[in-house]
Amino acid sequence: MHDPHVLLRVISKFLIPIIALFALYVQFHGDYGPGGGFQAGVILAASVILYALIFGLDAAKKAFPPSWVRIGMTIGVLLYGGTGVVTWLLGGEYLNYSVLAHEASHGQHYGILAVELGVLVTVTTVMIAIFYAFGSRQPETDERDW
Amino acid sequence: MALMDYIPEWLLIHGPAVIIVLPLIMAAVTSILPGRKPAWFVAMLVTIICTVTAFAVAIYNLKTGVDVYPMGGWDPPHGISLLIDALNAPILVLITLMAVVSLVYALPATLAEVEPKKRAPYYAAFLLCVAGLLGMVVTGDAFNVFVFLEVSSIATYVLVAMGAARDRRALSAAYNYLILGSIGATFFVIGIGFLYMETGTLNMADMGRILADLDGGSRVAKVAFGFIVVGLGLKLAMFPLHNWLPGAYAYAPTQITMFLASTATKAALYLLLRFVFFVFDPDFDYVANVLQFLLVGLGVIGMLFASLQAIFQTDARRLLAFSSVAQVGYMLLGVGIATAASVTAGYLHLINHAIIKGGLFLAVGAMWYRFGITRTADVNGLGKTMPWTTAAFTVSGLSLIGVPFTAGFVSKYQLATAAAANGWWWAVFVIVLTSVLAIFYIGRLLLAAYFQDAPVMEDGQVCTRNEAPLLMLIPMWAMAIASVLIGTNILGASDLVVGASERAANLLLGLGG
Amino acid sequence: MFSEFLADYNYIVVIILMMTGLYVVFASRNLIKKLAGLSVFQTSVFLLYITISKVSGGQPPILEKAYAKDYAGLAPETLIAAAEGAGKAAKGHGYNLDITYSNPLPHVLILTAIVVGVATLAIGLSLVVRIREVYGTIEEDQIEKADYIYNLEGTAD
Repeated sequence: MHDPHVLLRVISKFLIPIIALFALYVQFHGDYGPGGGFQAGVILAASVILYALIFGLDAAKKAFPPSWVRIGMTIGVLLYGGTGVVTWLLGGEYLNYSVLAHEASHGQHYGILAVELGVLVTVTTVMIAIFYAFGSRQPETDERDW
Repeated sequence: MALMDYIPEWLLIHGPAVIIVLPLIMAAVTSILPGRKPAWFVAMLVTIICTVTAFAVAIYNLKTGVDVYPMGGWDPPHGISLLIDALNAPILVLITLMAVVSLVYALPATLAEVEPKKRAPYYAAFLLCVAGLLGMVVTGDAFNVFVFLEVSSIATYVLVAMGAARDRRALSAAYNYLILGSIGATFFVIGIGFLYMETGTLNMADMGRILADLDGGSRVAKVAFGFIVVGLGLKLAMFPLHNWLPGAYAYAPTQITMFLASTATKAALYLLLRFVFFVFDPDFDYVANVLQFLLVGLGVIGMLFASLQAIFQTDARRLLAFSSVAQVGYMLLGVGIATAASVTAGYLHLINHAIIKGGLFLAVGAMWYRFGITRTADVNGLGKTMPWTTAAFTVSGLSLIGVPFTAGFVSKYQLATAAAANGWWWAVFVIVLTSVLAIFYIGRLLLAAYFQDAPVMEDGQVCTRNEAPLLMLIPMWAMAIASVLIGTNILGASDLVVGASERAANLLLGLGG
Repeated sequence: MFSEFLADYNYIVVIILMMTGLYVVFASRNLIKKLAGLSVFQTSVFLLYITISKVSGGQPPILEKAYAKDYAGLAPETLIAAAEGAGKAAKGHGYNLDITYSNPLPHVLILTAIVVGVATLAIGLSLVVRIREVYGTIEEDQIEKADYIYNLEGTAD
């Protein structure tokens, strides 16, 4: 069967893992340079959205089910908020990471890691959620009308 | 207070953070809960805990003075600090209490007003709205105010749009609210940017100190003040900027209308007080000019104009919404006169109006719930078909007019005496005149409800008694009774709110609190 | 005079963007165009904040590698002192901070504001989608026309 999009499909198959990997790089490089959860989350979401654009929304929903999206949004917020609750339990102020480890600077490090992870999860899932929400609407124009 | 012994000390210290963090986290959890009952239960639990905490923190503050909570252990002015003082403690209590009261009402009301699939997310959005409002009141950091303002606003747009299940106009109302609300918030954040340029800090107390040192600052500070006043004016529905309000109030689900009417504009008004008196100072000539001419002028025009508009409304909820705009005028008048007595009166009217308007919107919502009534022409004979609801509406309505022995009288009287003491007899005249106008628009509904016959239904039968469910009557009457208690000073209710307002005004005007 | 104009050209761009955005919001009757205007308006504020964070001669506020190593073991208080003394020298701690950095705080604030803007835009667009499904149009005039009779009757159905 002749597939007009074969070039796109092959190249994006190469690209998507690299985009996801780059997202993780941005995430963890946030300690030393520009980066962090916001940017990484958007990049990670972009890989899923690219997949949806090339292979269709249904395929994307199989690869990244909408139920993950809903739960992911909650888990991300809980990771962020939970870090603060842990610092409460350890006797510090809310989000005072210094109490997370024996040495204050290590605590700051762990704390920001946990928080950024929460941001990553939330931003990724929210971006995908927005895409799914708009993409799943019944289109009013047919594919051939374009 | 013996009750305070039961509150753990940890909660008193960390209370300012608890009241923001708890609803924020639980909103995320609520959004994935399976059904409406568990979601309602979680929301109720969270708001009750927040109410207790807010009360405890407010009383604790009364004993110990200003309480600053450094978020993340970073001390002010570098870190974000939460602040509890005499000015915002009463507002916190008001917001949390209104959240609880409106949630009681929501249990039956959402069944009729919100689509089945959206009921759990509805409560999640409501919790976000509560968290945002509490956050913008409790924070001591100017940019943080903007963030929480937007958290509560975005949740509000969603909640207003959910009214589309019963009236499609909710969608365009929510859209208009979104456009104007975002413009208001953006104006506010431009103002904060200019203030940051001028002072180099974001902590509000620090800003105030630096601006006082600079003796009002340069033109940058003046521009900042202008942007902040306009931005907050949009949020609090100052007269010419009130266009979003009637639509949003009229078509949102009743619980949301009630909650917004009694807290959202009030929180924005609190911010105006905070910025005008705390960050800036009425001693700066440009602030004094704005207070005297702009706030008082617009407040008075708003009182007259919105009252007149309310008289000609055919939709009961729009009528009450226009009346809200008029009441904001009273508060602005109180703020604008800027004496201790007038600010007290304005602050007192803020609290009283929240209680009064909350009760009125709940009663109108119950009328819709039973009979589908939204038009003023349809209330005929409601005194016979829904006696308890109509009675609650009557009490709150009389309070809105300002009949003696109700909450409305207490604050209007205070405001009138404050204006008279300043020699502004024309302002007293306007207060009396708008109260007369209130008699027209409220009285019109009351007359039809009590002295007209109940309508005849299509099958020829006269409407029979069909009272609202108990869970709706309880919050309605709680508001009505609260307004009578404040009016008659039974149980010291009046002394309580007047005392709180006086402390707030003294703090603002630097008279020592 | 012209050089002064050029020196402030960031602010001029801000003002142009701001006014363009506001004008589009108020003048257009198409719901999507209004949102586009709102976005332009908000973007102008981002630019304003970024502009005021620029310290002349300052480099991007990222700690140089060598300094980052020095900072690794420091308590927050020291970091604050270092940040305050940035450009001079936080002598008490023996770290030389000769490099002038631009102010990082507005960037952080704007990161938050961008997220807020995205959320507002997403809500706004989804409202437009719903309006389009209910009314079949995204032109304000036609929506008002469709609601006119509705408003007269004042009922829900």
